[in-house]
Amino acid sequence: MSASSAFNDEKGGSSSVGEPEYGHDPASGGIFSSDYKRHDDLKEMLDSNKDSLKLEAMKRIVAMIARGKNASDLFPAVVKNVACKNIEVKKLVYVYLVRYAEEQQDLALLSISTFQRGLKDPNQLIRASALRVLSSIRVTIIVPIMMLAIKEAASDMSPYVRKTAAHAIPKLYSLDPEQKDQLIEVIEKLLADKTTLVAGSVVMAFEEVCPERIDLIHKNYRKLCNLLIDVEEWGQVVIINMLTRYARTQFLNPNMNESLLEEGNDKTFYGSDDDEDEEEEEEKKSEAPMPKRKPYVMDPDHRLLLRNTKPLLQSRNAAVVMAVAQLYFHLAPKVEVGVIAKALVRLLRSHSEVQYVVLQNVASMTIKRRGMFEPYLKSFYIRSTDPTQIKVLKLEVLTNLANETNISTILREFQTYIKSMDKDFVAATIQAIGRCATNIGEVRDTCLNGLVQLLSNRDELVVAESVVVIKKLLQMQPEKHSDIIKHMAKLTDNIQVPMARASILWLIGEYCEHVPKIAPDVLRKMAKSFTNEEDIVKLQIINLAAKLYLTNSKQTKLLTQYVLNLAKYDQNYDIRDRARFIRQLIVPTEKSGALSKYAKKLFLALKPAPVLESPFKDRDHFQLGSLSHLLNAKAGGYQELPDWPEAAPDPSVRNVEVPEWTKCSSREKRKEKKVEKPFYSDSEGESGPTESADSESDSASGSEIGSGVVGSVSGTASEESEEGSESEEEEEEEEEDEKDKKMTMKKELKKPVQESESEQSSEEEEERKHERKKSKARKSDSESESDEDEDSESESSQSESEDSESEAEVKKKKKAAQSKPPSKPVKKESKKEMSLLDLDDFEPAPSPQVTPLNSFLSNSLATDLEGLSLSDAVLSPATLSPCSALKSYELLHRIRGEGLSVEYCFSRQPFSPDANMVAVQMQFTNNATSETKNLHMEEVKLQSGMRVKEFPEIELLPAGETATAVMGIDFCDSTQAANFQLCTHTRKFFVSIQPPVGELMRPVFLTENEFKKEQGQLMGMNELSEKLTLDAECRNEHAIVQRVTAAANLSRVPCGSDRECRFAGRTVTSGSLVLATVATKEEAAAQLTVNCEKMVIGTMLVKDVLLALTQ
Amino acid sequence: MIHSLFLINHSGDIFLEKHWKSVISHSVCDYFFEAKEKAVDPEDVPPVLQTPHHYLITVHRGKLFFLSVVQTEVPPLFVIEFLHRVADTFQDYFGECSESVIKDNVVTVYELLEEMLDNGFPLATESNVLKELIRPPTILRSVVNTLTGSSNVGDTLPTGQLSTIPWRRADVKYTNNEAYFDVIEEIDAILDKSGTTVFAEIQALCFSSHNPRLLDDVSFHPCVRFKRWESERTLSFIPPDGNFTLMNYHVSSQNPVAIPVYVKQSISFFESGPCGRLDITIGPKQTMGKTVEALMVKIHMPKAVLSANLTATQGNYTYDLPNKVLVWDIGKLNPQKLPNLKGILSLQAGAPKPEDNPSLNIDLRIQQVAISGLKVSRLEMFGEKYKPFKGVKYVTKAGKFQVRT
Repeated sequence: MSASSAFNDEKGGSSSVGEPEYGHDPASGGIFSSDYKRHDDLKEMLDSNKDSLKLEAMKRIVAMIARGKNASDLFPAVVKNVACKNIEVKKLVYVYLVRYAEEQQDLALLSISTFQRGLKDPNQLIRASALRVLSSIRVTIIVPIMMLAIKEAASDMSPYVRKTAAHAIPKLYSLDPEQKDQLIEVIEKLLADKTTLVAGSVVMAFEEVCPERIDLIHKNYRKLCNLLIDVEEWGQVVIINMLTRYARTQFLNPNMNESLLEEGNDKTFYGSDDDEDEEEEEEKKSEAPMPKRKPYVMDPDHRLLLRNTKPLLQSRNAAVVMAVAQLYFHLAPKVEVGVIAKALVRLLRSHSEVQYVVLQNVASMTIKRRGMFEPYLKSFYIRSTDPTQIKVLKLEVLTNLANETNISTILREFQTYIKSMDKDFVAATIQAIGRCATNIGEVRDTCLNGLVQLLSNRDELVVAESVVVIKKLLQMQPEKHSDIIKHMAKLTDNIQVPMARASILWLIGEYCEHVPKIAPDVLRKMAKSFTNEEDIVKLQIINLAAKLYLTNSKQTKLLTQYVLNLAKYDQNYDIRDRARFIRQLIVPTEKSGALSKYAKKLFLALKPAPVLESPFKDRDHFQLGSLSHLLNAKAGGYQELPDWPEAAPDPSVRNVEVPEWTKCSSREKRKEKKVEKPFYSDSEGESGPTESADSESDSASGSEIGSGVVGSVSGTASEESEEGSESEEEEEEEEEDEKDKKMTMKKELKKPVQESESEQSSEEEEERKHERKKSKARKSDSESESDEDEDSESESSQSESEDSESEAEVKKKKKAAQSKPPSKPVKKESKKEMSLLDLDDFEPAPSPQVTPLNSFLSNSLATDLEGLSLSDAVLSPATLSPCSALKSYELLHRIRGEGLSVEYCFSRQPFSPDANMVAVQMQFTNNATSETKNLHMEEVKLQSGMRVKEFPEIELLPAGETATAVMGIDFCDSTQAANFQLCTHTRKFFVSIQPPVGELMRPVFLTENEFKKEQGQLMGMNELSEKLTLDAECRNEHAIVQRVTAAANLSRVPCGSDRECRFAGRTVTSGSLVLATVATKEEAAAQLTVNCEKMVIGTMLVKDVLLALTQ
Repeated sequence: MIHSLFLINHSGDIFLEKHWKSVISHSVCDYFFEAKEKAVDPEDVPPVLQTPHHYLITVHRGKLFFLSVVQTEVPPLFVIEFLHRVADTFQDYFGECSESVIKDNVVTVYELLEEMLDNGFPLATESNVLKELIRPPTILRSVVNTLTGSSNVGDTLPTGQLSTIPWRRADVKYTNNEAYFDVIEEIDAILDKSGTTVFAEIQALCFSSHNPRLLDDVSFHPCVRFKRWESERTLSFIPPDGNFTLMNYHVSSQNPVAIPVYVKQSISFFESGPCGRLDITIGPKQTMGKTVEALMVKIHMPKAVLSANLTATQGNYTYDLPNKVLVWDIGKLNPQKLPNLKGILSLQAGAPKPEDNPSLNIDLRIQQVAISGLKVSRLEMFGEKYKPFKGVKYVTKAGKFQVRT
């Protein structure tokens, strides 16, 4: 949002800046014809066949961008060259694209497929730059594509590509914060990466996306510490800053014992008593307070961090040195902090900007740890050539360092400063002297005398500043210094600076008893000049008058009256108010109440002496070295430095567990397979010695299927299953057997119903369905097997020969275990559902990029349910049939929903209230023991353009019951999630529905000729084709048709050739045509072609269908 | 991290902008211009400025401002260090870092910036890596490129980017292998009126080995192996290709520092007339038997000084009226005949007598000696079958050498 407004600003701004080249510039909108001409020129060059011309044109365009000129109208001409062979042209096109994609989102999408191709390039530099550009294009519609690309790149063999993936994470996050959870998964994976190249970048991503997830660091902590020295310098800074925060949450304060020292002495005193009884007693006593007294022992991990960062103090990079310095300041035991002083002093030789920042931090440090910089006092001496801001900061440090022993040296140094030509600096020096004088009693008189001498300085600013400082000093011991006050009283004749005049008047008023003769005379003079004074001076004149009236009313009564009268008619209301108030207080009248009695007390109360403090006091509550510390204000995105914990959290969380290694080895086998793929072969040689991005999570295991998508999804699945398995292991084993069998069987059963329901009940269709079910059953078998494999559970796969009877037995057993008699069919059904849901824990969570093949389990579940209901003949087949061949997704898990579980599926039926909406059928199951009421939706959050038709409220859902409802969502032809709250009478749950791209369309019927005609019109950029190798079980027409229609809601188009299968559909919202063709060639080779005017839909569909066919 | 970069010249024109995230209007620089107005000297513009929505972090290099815009918390030194690195890279590529050079090579500059940062986070800053990605322009190459149509952009990932020694290209081959070491020591000192040393230390660039006691604080190029230094006080490293700073060291103020020259000076202004008198003599002190060369004295005069009518026994003097700087270029210091500058300073009529006395900044150079007494005792090369040429050169210079008056 801010970005777009900023852009508008710029447009506005650019027209106001006049630069010489301006008239020629296409963006200026000056002389239209000439602009037009020049454009033509560039466009022509871009359209030419010669790379050199293209390059020349791109160079000119980039030069325009560099000058901040608008070149956005060249977008179509430039974007055409995105696939140019010449690498320099290509790079410049990338530069252009990243700059303008946000403004020309539709056109930018034209380039996406090029990058997607680039992501597969054998050259790692090309893969990386494709990802860089793709992730830099700030167009929300490609968020899913970006997500995919990042996930894929995160397991790339090249560490450079993985580094780029880490950089892409914050980009995607800033574009769509909704992706946070998925991004965290990627971060977690990359954090486990063992290459130095990736470490800095992924920690950066961590800091921007999920700095609160400190738990992700535990397992990587030691690795990060050990790698640190070899990480590139920028990464070092980020890692050190993050580890500082981490250490503050995990370790104990190394300086905590200082306060406990006395207690320690006590103990030795006791210990010296030889009496045994007493010792025993002591033991007893110490039982309770023991933890407190326990001598502090530094966690070895804490020590590791300190040890491994220390050498970096010698880095040439000032930012690294500063990062280590702040780490030591915040984390090290007091005695060790000293080492950083030397390094920081060295930085003072660097550029003045570096000096500025370092001095700010040194100033903060010197307040707490003065001692460590004392040896370097002279390094902070000021040269006349230093910039003023550096001088002032050095002065601050010198002042902070001043103590009884070095004060004389410092004051001598200050004396030279006062002679400086730089008056601002002199003023700062005078204040510094004042501060030294207040802090160090011994030199107070010396300083005061020195300052008084300055009162005769020729420069008024110097005098004024001295007066102000003297005033503060005198407040500490006024009685001794009446002659100074007299001296200052005389200054009122000459000194004009208002602040100084006001200070003098205040002094005289406050200590009028010390100068009884002069004070009334000063008031007389002031009364004379009252009208010409500045406001602050006037207020002090009134003050002086009041105080004199109270102490010496004889001499000053008339004068006071006069001043008050003048003030009464002053232009400034503050002054008028003050005069009225004071008159009431000091001049007793009948009306004035009790207050006037206390007037003297009010005005002449003893006032506490001012404390002259460093402006850097307490600044160290901001992490040193941070922007927030420098500005002394919290900057956006600043992470507070937490306080030390009272007791150290469990240190074992940082232990890296053994089982993970074994897992690793099994994964390595898989990886080898992956390496064999021709696709990586070239580049992988170069990156041989570096380790791959493989991580602790199992996600990589999935990639053997061929694509990162599946990999990561199955990764989630296995993780979840691990959770689930703890409690329900036994159950699940049974379940597994049961389910598989049921699936095969029930599908058989279901067939007739399906037939009657289906819209086109041709024989072919039926056969296809039959086929589909069968193959699905087969696949789910293998799926569950692989699941087990991943969980490294050693259960044996069930025998296929078991019949349905044994299945029933199992069911009964379970019911018995749950000790709930099957009273009625519905109940039974729901119970069935419940146990199945337990199984559900094994399923892949519906991630936004759900691929059809991952949801077979839930699919089978739906079939299962159906079968049950059929056999029980209770539920009408009509309500359930739409689910039959469809995947259902979990919307709300039983655990999270506190007994309420919700699943949804895309019913693929027209949504009658609104044809532009996708129908989503939801199934609510109440697994809780109490009933749920008022199920409804609230707070629907959608991307712009999306609409939702809510399902009718379900008023009552008794315990154990199941209900279904249908809602409609207009996804606007995008795979963006619809987020809403699911509310019951007691709770609200945040849920979201994200459609696979295949559900965003509805089938249309086309003839072969129509199909060809339409396809002819959707050529070029609208056509995407991919070569593929068909899965072994998918080599016949039926299987292909079945898999494609499962992946996408398309209908088959009749076709003369038996080597081709064609499908057609329209997107639900815009009705854009989607055409898909699968042409088989010899053996398993095939080609998939998708024609769709919506590029993004097209690309995503290709991905999904490809997966469906190759798996 | 770094959101955008603007390059601004001294007259306040933004002549280049680059955005790594969404575009930020250049009107954001107005806050900087405001601060620049206020500051007397460009050095006095605060490096970090806060605006309502952004933070501006600026460095000043070679009459240019490198202004970066950040939106969230980031260590300021991180940005400052990076911006200086950008300026260093420009210098490395184009020989200088000036407005005209950047404008002439705007496309290369843009390509460089693109490679140096990704999403505001540094990607490749090592000169060796960058030079493989984007080849620096040379006359020969530009001729070849126009003839053959080949480009300046590399199409493979530089090996350095992947290795743990990113500063060195793979397979560097030369007909002659040479290693030169310049040990450049700089004396930072403040002398007071009477010539006593208030503060002095030695700063050095480059290289050393075997004098561990003296070296107080050291910083290294990343190529130096820390461990080896810690244990044996030997510098062991795989050198980058080309010029680089191997190490910086610092001989602390606790050690006595030899001050090579002494200065006798008196600058005084008369109470009565609008003039003053100046008399400066410089002589050798501890020069280790070598000649002091390139001696130069620079004095920032009080504002009231209008002109200087002086006579120098050696060298020339100039008085820059607008900046009020008196420069006396002496050259070689002859111990037999000490250079002297004497004469009258005339003041603005009616102006009060300046209270402050200007300080003298001294510049000098002594060849073939490292004033700290440091020596490179041994230089060995491994992994080469033949004996490469090795050379060590010592120079002592004045750093921030100031004499107060």
